[in-house]
Amino acid sequence: MKRVLVIDDEPLARMVVLEYLQDFADQLEVIQECNDGFEGLKAIQQHQPDLVFLDVQMPKINGFEMLELVDNPPSVIFTTAFDEYAIKAFEAHAVDYLLKPFSKERFNKAIEKYLSQAPVAAQHAKKTEDLLEAVANSPAQHERIVVKTGTKVKIIPVQDVIYLQADDDYVSVFTAEGSYLKNKTMNFFEQMLDPRYFVRVHRSYIIAIQQITRIDPYEKDSHLAILKSGAKIPVSKTGYVKLKGVLGI
Amino acid sequence: MGLSACALLWAGVQTYIVHSFGFIWYIAITDGIVNTILLSAACWLINNNLRYYQPGKGSYMNLLMWCLSLAGICTAGCRWIIPYLSMSSVYMVFLTNSLTIRFCTDFLALGWMAVVSMLYYTQLDHKETEKRKSEAEKLARDAELYNLRQQLQPHFLFNSLNSINALIGFKPEQARKMIHQLSDFLRGTLKKDDQLLVPLVDELQHLNLYLDIEKVRFGHRLETEISCDEHCNEAMLPSLLLQPIVENAIKFGLYDTTEKVTVSIRAEIDGNNLVVMIQNPYDPQTTRPKGTGFGLRGVQRRLYLLFARNDLMETHQNDNIFTTIIKIPQV
Repeated sequence: MKRVLVIDDEPLARMVVLEYLQDFADQLEVIQECNDGFEGLKAIQQHQPDLVFLDVQMPKINGFEMLELVDNPPSVIFTTAFDEYAIKAFEAHAVDYLLKPFSKERFNKAIEKYLSQAPVAAQHAKKTEDLLEAVANSPAQHERIVVKTGTKVKIIPVQDVIYLQADDDYVSVFTAEGSYLKNKTMNFFEQMLDPRYFVRVHRSYIIAIQQITRIDPYEKDSHLAILKSGAKIPVSKTGYVKLKGVLGI
Repeated sequence: MGLSACALLWAGVQTYIVHSFGFIWYIAITDGIVNTILLSAACWLINNNLRYYQPGKGSYMNLLMWCLSLAGICTAGCRWIIPYLSMSSVYMVFLTNSLTIRFCTDFLALGWMAVVSMLYYTQLDHKETEKRKSEAEKLARDAELYNLRQQLQPHFLFNSLNSINALIGFKPEQARKMIHQLSDFLRGTLKKDDQLLVPLVDELQHLNLYLDIEKVRFGHRLETEISCDEHCNEAMLPSLLLQPIVENAIKFGLYDTTEKVTVSIRAEIDGNNLVVMIQNPYDPQTTRPKGTGFGLRGVQRRLYLLFARNDLMETHQNDNIFTTIIKIPQV
């Protein structure tokens, strides 16, 4: 028996999924319905479901942002109305995606696809990771960074970000209020953040251009960017070239 | 045509004046014709120049210099050309003595020509610019409206259809009702001419269709309060003006919090204006309203195009409440 979670902020939209799922009652069991990303996140951590039906556009944090916070993402079938960018990502990486309104036949197909692939769950987790990286550079994702601090979810508007630092398998996000760890790669953030405002000046650093007060020469071929907060960030040779390009000097 | 008539008249008058000084007709006519040909050529030159090149404010001095030098050339022309055609020592004395007055009249004629052509072409140019501007604005307006509509439709439409899909299964009556609401709403957006002013009561009715559909979608999470003084009902406003504002309010309200959301709309008459205030909750922690957002910018732009005023829309944020106020002047 596979355990299923349905996450959508519209009650009627969840009902369609529940109704369609009745035909698969002997294989799939709905363990919970969730109204938003917060509930969804909690339920995933608590129940470790096998399959999640996930809406993209939801209050506070969207479906992608919620998935970013999950450590071992389950298999996901996305249900969404319209999002040109996301659809491209789905085609490449999601188990399947359903465009609302979807028919029973289309829904059955998605379930069959999932059931036939189910034994390789580990692959799904990898696929979901790839998907998140692919949607990271969608325009909608530029606005904020969602992080977990303990059990709480914190939403950081990108305007508040001072710089990012690679930290083993994590990235530290530095803001005026403090720093937050996020389980993502530097490449992910480089994709996600608007290159007009953020530059990867070093293998391990991305800085917000507006925060720079000056750039001093450092050892051979490298520089040091001094930020308003007083932080000194190393700038590599290629980083310096990039920085000059963005600043137009 | 006009220029040659002027030239003929000028030649005639000059011939007559020279003749009245006691010279024979042959000399008078030669004098008149030569001078007029030179002067016409100079006028044509100035006129043509100004057609393609409008002097800026600082280069009027240049124009004056042009007139002076052309007048000089005309006068000099007369002084050297006429003697070849009619030799008479008395006339030669007259010609030399009259050079100053010739120069002055030539200069006055050229100056007059320059001023007239400049005014004419500037005005023509102005008209052209004006026409282009209004065409450009119309194009931009159409494009903007098209975009705004496109923005509205897809999400809303597909999600509504999805809700209907759900209702068909267990509440067919309600599904049917929602289909009618949705059709009425869509017909309303298609039918309305964007220039057209409609009474507030109609606009609110249309808005209610939209809100009812959204309420079905979001269930009990969405509540609306609409209050409108009775004497506002007949106040006029551009059709579909409130739609993007309310949409914005719902979007921020519903996607910025997970609790219940109340969107309120209040209309009143203030002096000569219809004032509509729309409020929704939002989360200042996660939302940094950048300016006024695209939907609201469109509203502001539209108000500007219709009333040529930029102060008709304002937004405020405090205590987790986002307020949009628009004023619509009543004619």
